[in-house]
Amino acid sequence: MAVIFELAVQGAQMLLVLLLAPLLIGFVRKVKARLVRRQGPLLIQPYRDLIRLMRKEVVLADNASWLFRVTPYLIFAATWVAAALVPTFAAGLQFSWTADLIVIVALLGSARFFQALAGMDVGTSFGGIGASREVMIASLAEPAMLLIVFSLALVAGATQLSTVAAFMGSPEVGLRVSLGMSLIALVMVAIAENARIPVDNPATHLELTMVHEAMILEYSGRHLAMIELATFLKLVLYVSLISCVFLPWGLAHAGAGPKALALGAAAYLVKLAVLAVLLAVFETAVAKMRVFRVPDFLGAALMLALLGTLLLFVSRSL
Amino acid sequence: MNGLTFDIAHLLAGSLVLVSFMMLYQDRLFALINVFALHAVVLALSVAWQAYIQDAHHLYITAAIALVFKAVVIPVGLHRIIQRLGIHRDIETAVGIGPTMLAGIGLVTLSMVLMLRVTPEADPLAREDLAFALSIILLGLLVMVTRRNAVSQVVGFMSLENGLVLAATGAKGMPLVVEISVAFSILIAFIVIGVFLFRIRERFDSVDVGALDDYRGERR
Amino acid sequence: MAAVVGRRAPATSLVYGAALAISAALLAIVAGHLADNPGVVSAVALPLGLPWTGARFRLDSLSAFFLVVVNLGGAVTSLYGLGYGRHESQPHRVLPFYPAFLAGMNLVVLADDAFSFLLSWEFMSLASWALVMAHHRDEANRRAGYIYLVMASFGTLALLLAFGLLAGPAGTYAFDAMRAAHPGLLAAGAVLALMLLGAGSKAGLVPLHAWLPLAHPAAPSHVSALMSGIMTKVAIYGFIRVVFDLLGEPAWWSGVVVLLIGGATAVLGILHALMEKDLKRLLAYSTIENIGVVFASLGLALAFKANAMPSAAALAFTAALFHVLNHSFFKSLLFFGAGAVLSATGERDMERLGGLIHRLPVTSFVFLVGCVSISALPPFNGFASEWLVFQAILQSPELPQWGLKVIVPAVGGMLALAAALAAACFVKAFGITFLGRARSTAVERAHEVDRWSLAAMAMLAVFCLLAGILPGFVIDSLSPVTLSLIGDRMPVQTAQPWLSIVPIAESRSSYNGLLVFVFITISASLAAFFIHRFASHALRRGPAWGCGFADAVPSAQYTAVSFAQPIRRVFGSFAFRARETVEMPAPGALEPARLKVDFHDVAWETFYQPITGAIDFATDRLNHLQFLTIRRYLTLVFLYLVILLLVLALWP
Repeated sequence: MAVIFELAVQGAQMLLVLLLAPLLIGFVRKVKARLVRRQGPLLIQPYRDLIRLMRKEVVLADNASWLFRVTPYLIFAATWVAAALVPTFAAGLQFSWTADLIVIVALLGSARFFQALAGMDVGTSFGGIGASREVMIASLAEPAMLLIVFSLALVAGATQLSTVAAFMGSPEVGLRVSLGMSLIALVMVAIAENARIPVDNPATHLELTMVHEAMILEYSGRHLAMIELATFLKLVLYVSLISCVFLPWGLAHAGAGPKALALGAAAYLVKLAVLAVLLAVFETAVAKMRVFRVPDFLGAALMLALLGTLLLFVSRSL
Repeated sequence: MNGLTFDIAHLLAGSLVLVSFMMLYQDRLFALINVFALHAVVLALSVAWQAYIQDAHHLYITAAIALVFKAVVIPVGLHRIIQRLGIHRDIETAVGIGPTMLAGIGLVTLSMVLMLRVTPEADPLAREDLAFALSIILLGLLVMVTRRNAVSQVVGFMSLENGLVLAATGAKGMPLVVEISVAFSILIAFIVIGVFLFRIRERFDSVDVGALDDYRGERR
Repeated sequence: MAAVVGRRAPATSLVYGAALAISAALLAIVAGHLADNPGVVSAVALPLGLPWTGARFRLDSLSAFFLVVVNLGGAVTSLYGLGYGRHESQPHRVLPFYPAFLAGMNLVVLADDAFSFLLSWEFMSLASWALVMAHHRDEANRRAGYIYLVMASFGTLALLLAFGLLAGPAGTYAFDAMRAAHPGLLAAGAVLALMLLGAGSKAGLVPLHAWLPLAHPAAPSHVSALMSGIMTKVAIYGFIRVVFDLLGEPAWWSGVVVLLIGGATAVLGILHALMEKDLKRLLAYSTIENIGVVFASLGLALAFKANAMPSAAALAFTAALFHVLNHSFFKSLLFFGAGAVLSATGERDMERLGGLIHRLPVTSFVFLVGCVSISALPPFNGFASEWLVFQAILQSPELPQWGLKVIVPAVGGMLALAAALAAACFVKAFGITFLGRARSTAVERAHEVDRWSLAAMAMLAVFCLLAGILPGFVIDSLSPVTLSLIGDRMPVQTAQPWLSIVPIAESRSSYNGLLVFVFITISASLAAFFIHRFASHALRRGPAWGCGFADAVPSAQYTAVSFAQPIRRVFGSFAFRARETVEMPAPGALEPARLKVDFHDVAWETFYQPITGAIDFATDRLNHLQFLTIRRYLTLVFLYLVILLLVLALWP
C-alpha cells in the first residue's frame, strides 16, 4: 500500500511538471506584458499553441534524416526525466535515488547534444550557427553548473538532490558566502540554459542574434510541439531546482502524509510564481547582450562557482 | 558566539569579496562606480554589524563615514568628473575579463590559504575577516594594475582602502582617531587625484595613463 | 611467414582470423582466471633473457584486467580487420606487423622483470612504428613515423633510467626485488618524473603528445584504433605498475603533479581536437583528453593513498580503470567508424564529407553511439566513469594538505570543462561528417561497408551501452585490482537495489544507468505513442528555409572550422595564441575578402623547437668533425680515454 502511494506521488510529480510547464511560461509572458503595460495573451495561450502545433502537418526538409525526426522525442524524454527527478513539492520520492544532480545536468546535456545535431542535420547555415553557438554556451555553462553541484555537495555531503534539499532545510546550514556565490552562478547558468534575456531572446527570429531558435528553425508541427514543451519543462526544472535548494521551505520529506504533500504543493506553487515574477522583472529590465559578450557572462558564472567551491574547500578546515 | 552572528558577519565580509569581483567584471566606468558605491554600502553594513556584535559604538561612526563618503560623496564626485571629462563612453580593454577573474580567484585563494595558515589560534571570525580583507586588498590592487583609465585606478585604490577598514574592524580595538584620520587621508587622496586627473587631461587630452608613459618616452 | 604469404589474397583473412582466434582464446582464459580465482597470482620464469634474471612473467589482477582490455580490443579489431583489411593496397606492409604488435602489448602487460618489460615495450613500439609507416610514400606519414620513432626511443630511455633507479645499486631487475626495496624520497621523485616522461610520452600526456596526433591517424584505421584505444592503455599500465606497485608508498605531492598534468592534458587535448578538421586526427586528440582524465583520477588516487584514505583512493582508482575500459570501447568504435568513412569515401577531411547518414545508415548509427558515449552523456558508459571521477573529487576536502585542497577543485573544474568541450567536439565530428548535405562527389558514391566491420562496430556499441547501464558489474569485477594495489575496495555494487551504484556508503549519492535508460525509453515511447494517437499524421517534404534563396550550394553549410569558431574565439587566444585577421577589399574592388586564422601549437613551440634548434646548431658545429685526419681522430680517442681514467681516479 505504502509503495503504491509512493509510486502515485512520483507519478503525480511527473504529471505535475508536465502540466505546469506551459502555465509557467504563460505566466512569465503575462507578467512581462503587464510590466510594459500591454494586455498580453491569456495564461493558457501556451497550451493552445501546443495543441495547434500538434494539429498541423509537419513540413520536413528534403534531406532531413531519421535523426531529425527522432530527436524531438529524445529531447522531450531526457528533459522530462530530468525535470521529474528534481524535487518539486516533495523530496525523497520513490525514484529520486535514480539520479543525482550530476546526472540531471548530464541529462540536459544529452538533450542539448541531440538538439545541436538536429540543427546540423538539414544542412542550412541557420542550423550550423545555432548549433555552434549553443555548444559554445554549453561549454561554459556545464562546467559552471558542475562546480555549483560541487559546492552544494560539499555543504550537504551528497550530490543527491533530496539529501541536499533536506540539508538546506535543516537549521544546520548557515549563511555561507559560497552558497551565495553558487546561487548567483546558478541563476546566471539558468538564464543561459533557458535561452532567456540577456543571453538569448526567446521571442525573436532575428537572424544574427538567435541561438536556440536557429537550431529549431526547420522544425514544424508536432515535432516543434515536442521541442517547445521540452523547453518549457527545462524552465520548470531550473526554477524547481533553485527553489528546492535555496528556498526549501515547505518541502514535504520522505514518507510524508497527504497533508504535508498538499502543503508542499501549495508552497511550490507560491515559489514558482515568485520566481517567475522575478524572472519577468529581470528580463524586462535588462537588454540582450551581444553573442560574444555571453562567454564573459558565463565565464563570470564559472569563476564565481569555482570561487565558491574553493572557499568551501579551504574553509572546511576551520 | 552563536552561529547566526558569525554567519551574518561572514556573509557580509564575503559579499564584499563578491562585490570586488563584480568590479573586476565591469568594463564601463559608470557601472564600475556604481559597483564601487555598492561596495561601500556593504562595507558600511559589515562595519555596523561588527559594531553591534562587539558592542563598540565608535564603529558605528566608521560605518557612517563609509556610508556617507564612500557610498555617496565620492561616487557622485566621480560621476561628475567623468561627465566633465567626457569619458563616460570609454571602455576598458587593457586585459580581458576572463584572465583577470582567473587571477582574482588565484589571489583570493592565496590570501585564504595564507591567512588561515598563519593565524591558527585566532578566533574564527577574525581569521575569516582577515582573509577576506586581504583578498579585497589584493583585488583592489588587481583592479589598479589591470586598468588603464586613471578613474578606474582611483576606484581600485578606494576599494583597496575598504579592505583595510574591514581588516581594522575585524581586529577589534582600533582607535576611532586612527579611523577618522584614515578616512580623511583617503578623502584628501581623492581630491589630490581628482586634481591630477584634470591636470593630466589638460596636458594630454586623455586620462589614459599610457599617455604619461609616452610623455616620458617609454612604452610598456 | 606472414611476410611470405602477405602478398596473396587469402593472407588477410588468415592473419586476422588467427589473431581473432588467439585474442579471443586469451580473453577467455584471462576472464576465466579473473572470475574463478581473483587475487591469485601465477608467475613463471623462463630461462631466456638476462642470465641471472631470466625472463619472468606474472599474471596478477592488474595485469589480468589490462589483458582483458588488450585482448578484447585485439579480438574486435581483428574482426574489423577481416573486412577492412581487404581495402588495403599493400597488405604485406601491415599483415606481418599486426600480430607482432598484439603480441608485444600482451607481453608488456605480463612482464615481471625490467628487462623483459623493456624488451616487450620496445617490440610493441617498433611493431606499431612499422604499422604507422605502412603507407610510407606519403610525406606526412614519413614525418609522423620519424617523430614517433624519436619520441618512442626517448620514452624508452626514460623508462630505462627509471628501472635503473628502481633496481638500485644491487641491480636486481626482477619486479619482486624492486617491490621489496624502498627507494629514498629523491629517487622516488625521480622515478615518478621518469615514468611520467616514459609512460606519459607513450600515453600522450601534454606536452609529450606531439607525436600522437601525427602517428595514430597515419596507420590504417584498425591499427589506429589499436594504438589509440589499446596501446595508450598499455602505457597507463606501465605507469600504474611502477608508481602504484613497485614504488611503495607515494608522497602527497606526487598526487599534485599527476593531477595537474592530467587536468591540463584533458583541457588542451580536447581544445586541439575541436580545432581539427581531419576526422582521424580529431579522434587522436580526443584520446589525449581521455588520457588526461585517467591520469587526473590516478593523481587523486595517489593523493588519497598517500594520506591513508583507502576507500576514497579505491574510488578514484576504480574510476581510472573504468575509464580505461570505456575509452578502449568507444575510441576503437570511433576509429572503426572513421575507417568505414575512409573506405567508403576515401576522405578523412571533414570539410569534404557530410550527409553520410543517408549513405551509411548503420555506420552512422554506431558512430553516433560512440559519440554519445565519449561525450560523457547518460546512460552510456563514458558518463558512468566520469561520474565516479566527480564523486572521487567530492571526497577530497578531507585531504590535509593545502596544496591539494586548492588544486583538486581547480582540476575538477578543468575536467568538467573538458567534458563539456568533448560534447561540443563530438557534435562537430558527427554533425559535419554524417549530417547536412554532401560536400563532395566522393560522398555521393559511398556505400555501406562490409558485414565484418559492421559486426565489430555493433559489438562495441553494445559494450558501450552495457557498461553504461550496468556499471555495478564492472566496478565489482575491478575490486581485486584495487584490493591488491590500494588495499581497499569500493562497496559491493551488485547487491544494491535496482542495480544502482553507490560509491560511498555514507553519502548515498547514487546513479542508476539502467533506470535512466528505461525511463528515457518509456517516456520517449509514451510521447511518440500519444503523438501518433492524437496528433496530426500529415507530413510533407519541402526545401529547407534559406531566406528566400532556394538551393544554396552545399559549400555554404557550416564547416568544421566555422563550427569551432565561437569556441576558438573564447579559448583560442589563450590556448593557441590564435589570431584572426580579416582582409576586406576596398569598396568596388573585385577580389574576395579573406579571413586568416593564425594558430600556434604552444607545446610544440616551447618544448620541441628549442630542442630541434639546439640539435641543428650542434650538428652544424660538429660537422667538421667528420673531415679530420686519422691522427686527430686518434688524438680524440686518446683524450677521451685519459679523461675517463682521470674521472675514475678522482671518483671518491
